[in-house]
Amino acid sequence: MSQVVEPELAGKPHGHGESHGHHDAHGSQGTFRSYMTGFILSVILTAIPFWLVMGDVLDDTRTTGIIIMALAAVQIVVHMIYFLHMNTKSEGGWTFLALLFTLILVVITLVGSIWVMYHLDQNMMQMPPHEAVQKP
Amino acid sequence: MHEMTPPPGATAPVFYEQEEHAHGDGGTLFGFWIYLMGDSLIFAVLFACYGVLGRNYAAGPSGADLFDLRLVAVNTSLLLLSSITYGFAMLEMDKERVSKTLTWLAVTGALGAAFLAIELYEFAHLIREGATPQRSAFLSSFFTLVGTHGLHVTFGIVWLVTLMVQVRLRGLIMENKRRLMCLSMFWHFLDVVWIGVFTFVYLMGVMR
Repeated sequence: MSQVVEPELAGKPHGHGESHGHHDAHGSQGTFRSYMTGFILSVILTAIPFWLVMGDVLDDTRTTGIIIMALAAVQIVVHMIYFLHMNTKSEGGWTFLALLFTLILVVITLVGSIWVMYHLDQNMMQMPPHEAVQKP
Repeated sequence: MHEMTPPPGATAPVFYEQEEHAHGDGGTLFGFWIYLMGDSLIFAVLFACYGVLGRNYAAGPSGADLFDLRLVAVNTSLLLLSSITYGFAMLEMDKERVSKTLTWLAVTGALGAAFLAIELYEFAHLIREGATPQRSAFLSSFFTLVGTHGLHVTFGIVWLVTLMVQVRLRGLIMENKRRLMCLSMFWHFLDVVWIGVFTFVYLMGVMR
């Protein structure tokens, strides 16, 4: 059975010195091209929402809200790929798995809180603002 | 004895045998990634908090009354620019150029400091107008969320200056490269969080 573990260990002893070189080659994993691509995409994805809101381009605030949230989501993905060098391969896929797990927790936290508290708000007795101010 | 032995039943070596250097850096970068995932949970909770409390003005000022989007636009550009300059520092690091790496790091730090200065100016302005964290649930959650992000940027700058001293003293040795790569992730991560802040807090806050 120990034979199964052997190949992993076999690479280590002389592999240690090489592992530095190997990582040097990897370096920051980015290239000038990839950083610039990410930067230009980010500038566009930042400029559009600011323009939409500051210029009052759309009459409907709900539509504007949905569009800028979608653009933010796209920009986060752009940053993940071009700046954080996210991929499904690094560390044998574990970074990506950790990211997916975190995303699930983030979605549960955000959607869950807002959903639950919104319904709680709906079912509470109405309190006019001037009364709310006097509450401790 | 040292030949590749596939596990019983496997026809080819599986991925963890081919990637013998999966943790060539001692797992630091992966560990730091896990820390960032934990940090994003902190921000998720603060965003959820703001999402729930963000409209409870207690008859006080709302986002539309308070936020100056021009300042936020300047801040956003500063942070985005600092992301790309940090990227340039990493590219110079790959080419083993110490002085150019330091220059780009300094530019990054300066942009980060400018971001912080504008944010502190905004906070001071709000507090002078009476829009303190104690004023309403909206302002409490606003100051907590944006303040936590600002605190992260502050510590990022402290870390950046520390690493600049390290690189100056010891050069681009393996350990310093590893540290710079960790800070790279941290810095880009802060920019990712800021995307959420300017969209969810500022732009959405001004609209209604």
